[in-house]
Amino acid sequence: MTERLDLPGAEWRGVSRKYTIVEAVGLLITGIVLTVATSIPTVLTGIQWLAVIPVSLGIIFIINIALTPRRVRAIGYMLREDDLVFRRGLMFRRVVAVPYGRMQLVDINRGPLDRAVGLSELKFVTAAASAGVVIPGLPEQDAEELRDTLVALAESRRAGL
Amino acid sequence: MSDPREPAEPLEPREPLEPREPVEPLESVNATEPANLNTAEPAAPAVALTVPESARRLADGEWHRLHPATPFLRGGIAFVAIIGVIIVNARDVFLDTIFGGGSRELRFLERFAESSLIILAILAVLVILILSVGGFYLSWRMHTFRITDELVEVRSGILFRTNRRGRLDRIQGINISRPFLARLFGAAKLEVNVAGQDANVELAYLGSAGADDLRVAILQLASGTRAAEAAADAAAQAPTGVTGVVESRVNEFLAPELDPQAAPPESIVRISIPRLIGSLVLSEATIIAILVGIGIITTIIVTGDYGWIFALLPGFLGLGGYLASRLTRSLRYSIAATDDGIRVGYGLLSTTNETLPPGRIHAVEVSQPLLWRAAGWWEIKINTASQATSSSGATAKTTLLPVGDMADVHRVLQLILPSLADAKSRELLECGLAAGAHDDDYVTSPKRAAWLRWFSWRRNGFVLISDAVALRKGAIWRSLVLVPQARMQSVSMNEGPLLRRMGLAELRIHTVAGPISATIGALDRNDVVRFFDEVEHAAVHAAGVDTSHRWRSSGANTDSPAPTPREDNA
Repeated sequence: MTERLDLPGAEWRGVSRKYTIVEAVGLLITGIVLTVATSIPTVLTGIQWLAVIPVSLGIIFIINIALTPRRVRAIGYMLREDDLVFRRGLMFRRVVAVPYGRMQLVDINRGPLDRAVGLSELKFVTAAASAGVVIPGLPEQDAEELRDTLVALAESRRAGL
Repeated sequence: MSDPREPAEPLEPREPLEPREPVEPLESVNATEPANLNTAEPAAPAVALTVPESARRLADGEWHRLHPATPFLRGGIAFVAIIGVIIVNARDVFLDTIFGGGSRELRFLERFAESSLIILAILAVLVILILSVGGFYLSWRMHTFRITDELVEVRSGILFRTNRRGRLDRIQGINISRPFLARLFGAAKLEVNVAGQDANVELAYLGSAGADDLRVAILQLASGTRAAEAAADAAAQAPTGVTGVVESRVNEFLAPELDPQAAPPESIVRISIPRLIGSLVLSEATIIAILVGIGIITTIIVTGDYGWIFALLPGFLGLGGYLASRLTRSLRYSIAATDDGIRVGYGLLSTTNETLPPGRIHAVEVSQPLLWRAAGWWEIKINTASQATSSSGATAKTTLLPVGDMADVHRVLQLILPSLADAKSRELLECGLAAGAHDDDYVTSPKRAAWLRWFSWRRNGFVLISDAVALRKGAIWRSLVLVPQARMQSVSMNEGPLLRRMGLAELRIHTVAGPISATIGALDRNDVVRFFDEVEHAAVHAAGVDTSHRWRSSGANTDSPAPTPREDNA
């Protein structure tokens, strides 16, 4: 298999390793809920082959959880001169570049799991239809600094719509 | 730099202009072009700048009220129907009381009339009437708007007050629509669209002529022309000679409807009715309907059960309605350049007339449904930052050209993307619309992508044309997506497991929401990475020099997509 899509000579800034915990715990919870929910028909009806669904779901989630550390390592962002570049994904790799001037607003979100390990999620919203760039797993301090940097950069390069 | 209002194509002999067309000022750059196409001295700006007193009064920053018939027009049909029912009933009762006779029912009414209940009933009706008239009057009194240098603001509501402000430099378009009923009363609805979902400031209703004047006034304020500048310009334009003045008078006189620009600019595209009908008949919807019809008729013949006919009926009624509404909406289509952007008009009974200032178009798609290929017809759609969720309005707004041949397409493209007017760009555009081309400037998919793009891998490609990105897609349903670099929001490249295995990737240009998604897949990953960088740099640069949010302000750059029509004339 060839190497993954990437920008040549890019120096990516990674996100906090602690984000692995958030991601893994989140997956674990969804995995358990879904597996239990899909196994209800098997338990109630006693039809053996219906068990295929919860079992395969369980396996998918276990593989997913095992891959979490690598997936978190694959998340990276980079502040270039005029734009913010963000990449994520192992299987489905996505690299996005957003000029600073396109910023409409910056959100900082903190879920319960994020809060437990002291992380934040930064959302960079543009006028585009797609949700924009979401950088997860930033330490709180970093997220706030990054937000201020981005706002300042966007202010200096303000563009229309 | 090119002016969006310059003659569409110098090589194409354009039919002589009718005398009443306001002739655009040619810039010095355009002096090389055959000047004899234009028969008179520049007169348009002078006409355009002399905003009628009424409009200037409306746009003076003070609060104003709407057309007095507004509540009636807003209540519209329902109100008419209620009045109609009352009148018809009253007439029946009235006639029957005079001529005696009548049924038992009416005798009941007579008895009812003789009783004291009648007084109560009349009182109730009176109270309701007074209340509703009072309510309408109050709502009209409370509904006020103002237009200042910076914003347009509307206040409305009696119990629940709403106050909406739109920033003028964020105007995405101004739409004047005249529903049939309102048209009868000489009223028009003016909508100022600002960026966002359903983010429009609606001035409903205004006097018809007033709406046109107000549009000019708003656009002038929005364009960044300061009042003083405007006055200076007007003064500078005044001594254009007797011809200018006479012409403007003649224009006014000959204009079929009152238009702020003395005469409506000539539409650069005309859709003949046969072509319009043909385009509708050859659409996929019709073909599907015919196939379904054939299927059901066969079922009837085979089973002998005529009940299936009823399955056919609603579908055909629906189709008929759909086609009829598309037809009436596209009738009297016109598209023309004005000083403040492109004006697109539609409609036979209810008309809409939208002005899109320069730089408000975020993506353009030229596409060709399969069945139109033999006729050589194309359709042009656009993405704009303001979206209407109302079903009928949305399609009209996103379809810029319902049907047109290649020459029409080029004319319209030149209008909306004036930077693509040079010969090189034109050639690239032609390649973009042609059949499978291998050896042009488009970077196309490699041969190995034929697994993913069976027919279109030769066509599937991208190129930078002047200051826009062009994505060419599809062999069966051909399309060409153009995104002006100054309007790109972000760029991304994606790959999944399959694409990675094949050394391919997908490129996506994010624009504001709309019918067009600027995505192109199955391209060589090295090409994509290279193009990604190129496009991103171009986008950053283009956004930096773009001044189209105030398209006429002094800061307007010569290489910006927004032309400054008068700077060479001053």
